[in-house]
Amino acid sequence: MNLREKIEEKLKDIATSIEYPRPDLIVIAVNRDRIMEAAQRIVELGFDHLASVEGVDLPKENAIEVIYHAESYEEELRNTIVELKTRVARDDPKLQSLINVWPNALYLERETWDMLGVVFEGHPELKRLLLPPWWDDIPPLRKDYKVKVEGIIVGTK
Amino acid sequence: MEQSSLTFRYKELERAWDGEKVYEVFIGPQHPASGHMRFIVRLDGDIIVNVEPDIGYVHRTMEKLAETKEYIKSIPLFERATIIDSNNITLGYVRALEKLLGIEVPPRARYLRTLLSEINRIASHLYGLGLAGIFINHSTMFMWGFGDREIWLQLAEELTGARLTHTYSIPGGVRSDLPQDFKDRALKAIRYMERRLKDYMKIFFNNPVTVARYKDIGILKKEDAKRLGIVGPNLRASGVRYDARLVEDYGAYREIDFEVPVREEGDALSRLLLRIDEIKISMDIIRQVLEKIPDGPILAEKYLRLIPPKLRKTMEETGRVKFPGLFASLRPPPGEATARVEMGHGEVFYHIISDGSPKPYRVRIVTPSFRNLLLLRYLPVGHRFMDFPAIYGSVDYFPPEADR
Repeated sequence: MNLREKIEEKLKDIATSIEYPRPDLIVIAVNRDRIMEAAQRIVELGFDHLASVEGVDLPKENAIEVIYHAESYEEELRNTIVELKTRVARDDPKLQSLINVWPNALYLERETWDMLGVVFEGHPELKRLLLPPWWDDIPPLRKDYKVKVEGIIVGTK
Repeated sequence: MEQSSLTFRYKELERAWDGEKVYEVFIGPQHPASGHMRFIVRLDGDIIVNVEPDIGYVHRTMEKLAETKEYIKSIPLFERATIIDSNNITLGYVRALEKLLGIEVPPRARYLRTLLSEINRIASHLYGLGLAGIFINHSTMFMWGFGDREIWLQLAEELTGARLTHTYSIPGGVRSDLPQDFKDRALKAIRYMERRLKDYMKIFFNNPVTVARYKDIGILKKEDAKRLGIVGPNLRASGVRYDARLVEDYGAYREIDFEVPVREEGDALSRLLLRIDEIKISMDIIRQVLEKIPDGPILAEKYLRLIPPKLRKTMEETGRVKFPGLFASLRPPPGEATARVEMGHGEVFYHIISDGSPKPYRVRIVTPSFRNLLLLRYLPVGHRFMDFPAIYGSVDYFPPEADR
């Protein structure tokens, strides 16, 4: 049984979609409340740590997509990255923390909270990581945060 | 580091730890050896009970800045995350972009990318080893590491025109061809470095004083290394044979015969010695690249055709690529792509989401130092305070890379 079949069998009952956009990438979408279950099953398949956690702001759909990329160091699995994604409401972005499933989510989830304001319930230390402690603006990776561009000043007298 | 002031905060300590037994030591964020970051170390007598790294002092919001720029303009941006290893860090971005664009890279360009990647890796390891030396007050290792790094920077400069900010890999190829006599100078550098590595062993790695500081200190078990997603030499020193060069099809690594060194001990000494092993392997790869490098174009045919004939002729004469106008507004089709590249510090991960416009919708970059940050938290616990700089040095953590 190849990896795709294994993944389909393991996750077909809870995934809303399973796609293969590239040879090295498997994309699994689930509903918000099934994220923990899906993550546990992916770990059982051998993808035991995360390469990344990210949030993507989708203001038109009033959602933030939270994406987990899991990888493995085992020889037969290491060529593939498993992407697990779900959507949370933009005005109330709450998601279960996966820190007990993937221990290295500790700083990755904390950064996503810092940058997009996604609240990971059960995360032990949701506090500023990369932003300064006094930050009180909207999270910078939201699309409505505008980068202030400094002009190039050419002064002549 | 020894001069950091001891701060007692009873109220907080009573809540979290055992009354007056535990006290906090603040290290950084100035640069005594902590380097653009701060540690709050909690000590029971001389034993470390808890370390809290506080990072973000050199954060530049690169992921957001990338969303405001055309694709090509993010290459010089990302190389500033790890300026000591800039071809490797940008190569991940370029690879992900090439996957989105569906571009094949000509063989000569792939070999040239590998060449600069390995030069970068050696320079990055020498930088890390030098810093590890000064962390335990071994200034000779610091001077030697930084001095010998210069040789590789000069080679990189000859190849690309810049010591550090090479911006060498571009979608579909590389920016400039191999200069004349480069092979001879590279082989000379390798011979010199091989001699120097023997000196390093004598004065640092086999030195009983150094070994006493590093041996059996900060042991990372194989299972923990896997589960915590540790990357790079820190992972391989714990017995896991994983390297992004084996996994991702980039550069010329599929056509080159090389071994990924692994050590079993997982302590600070093996993490440092593994970097020496990797320098040797990298020099071997450079030799093979210079032997095997095929002739041919250094930019993909699809882009070469867009350059006016007159400019194309200048390109052939000078060996320097002129960018086709199309580069100003590359529009990858909507979709997503990931790429992993092995840097000196470990694996860098990129995820690009395109919506079909000339600017990326989202670029996610996870750097090896950010993933290895967990080590600074877990490894020192239970050791004496004097072991902390030894462990920190052995991890080769690079704050601007973690902060992005």
